[in-house]
Amino acid sequence: MPAFKVKKVFTDDLGANNPVFAQVLGICSTLAVTNVLRNTVVMCVGLIFVTALSNMTVSLLRTYMPSRVRMMVETLIIASYVIIVDIVLKAFLPDVSRQLGPYAGLIITNCIIMGRTEAFALSNPPGLSFLDGIASGIGYSYVLIAIAIARELMGSGSIWGYHVLGDWWTNWSIMVMAPGAFFMLAIFIWIVKGATSKEEGGKK
Amino acid sequence: MSQGIAFYAIFFAAIFTNNILLTNYLGMCSFLAVSREVATSVGLGSAVIFVMTTTSVLNWLAYYFILVPLGLVYLRYIVFIVIIAAFVQLIEMVIERISDKLYTSLGIFLPLITVNCAILGASLFMIIRNYTFINSLFYGMGSGIGWALAIVAMAGIRQKMARSRVPRGLAGAGITLIIAGIMALAFMGFSGMIKIT
Repeated sequence: MPAFKVKKVFTDDLGANNPVFAQVLGICSTLAVTNVLRNTVVMCVGLIFVTALSNMTVSLLRTYMPSRVRMMVETLIIASYVIIVDIVLKAFLPDVSRQLGPYAGLIITNCIIMGRTEAFALSNPPGLSFLDGIASGIGYSYVLIAIAIARELMGSGSIWGYHVLGDWWTNWSIMVMAPGAFFMLAIFIWIVKGATSKEEGGKK
Repeated sequence: MSQGIAFYAIFFAAIFTNNILLTNYLGMCSFLAVSREVATSVGLGSAVIFVMTTTSVLNWLAYYFILVPLGLVYLRYIVFIVIIAAFVQLIEMVIERISDKLYTSLGIFLPLITVNCAILGASLFMIIRNYTFINSLFYGMGSGIGWALAIVAMAGIRQKMARSRVPRGLAGAGITLIIAGIMALAFMGFSGMIKIT
């Protein structure tokens, strides 16, 4: 597989075509799991695993799938990998699994995975699709981790469960609740879009 | 745990205090994409109410009468998503046959619904919280109504906002998320009324 293609996949998915802030996909879990960093990282690893493998599987099967039932087949493939993630989480990280609750299962309906299989895996070879899955997973993960660090730091004064801010810090409990999630993501999108639109303005 | 909660409490809690969109963040993708006009969001909202109510019931039946007796609980994701997808497909075909008018107003939204995470989320919540059959029915209906309420309100605000000037970086998703955040704050005002977990 040509190296320039691989590079293009990564730069696209991490930057200009980022699933979260450019395509606005997968917002549900972006908001739901980012109140504590630990859960976020577990979720991201799960998502990268599912996206990469289901992208590869769909790509392998792409010539055999009748296009009318293609969505159905894709959903089934994704669901099988999500079950693996769910069982592994239950076995090795039971407390995280309990805190994530339904959101681990909801990786199935995470639009990023469906979007990548539809947009990329159906027209590209398996190896490249696998890498594309990893790349979009990472593109999703770093946004989530950034938001999670901000929310946990301001909401509980800690990072990864360790208290980093002293007793002088008053917890902004709004940050760990729903509205804080909405505001943080909005601010993140604002910063990124502001920076990119300035670049475009400079070129003109 | 939830056996003691009356179904009407669950119904109202699902609409207001535990709104599936504003407190559980489910169904955000279609919420952000389809909330530009009131008319379309009413269409999508009513489709969601209908599908969520029926699929919660169907999934409850499938879970307690098929999966639990056979010991196949871990297959629930696949079963739930297949039931939802099959049901949505069926409804789409039925609506297409009976009424053209209904199809143009509601049918076009149905394919969107299969991938709406709120539908699957409602079914998963109902299993996690051990709801009874009646409770699941009202939970599904309440969550659907809550979701529809939120998207219609958002569409109303966005229609007004179309004429106002938004900072360039915020236009589109950014400002919508901020409005959603303010709506979530407003809905937190209900939180003392009923509590379900």
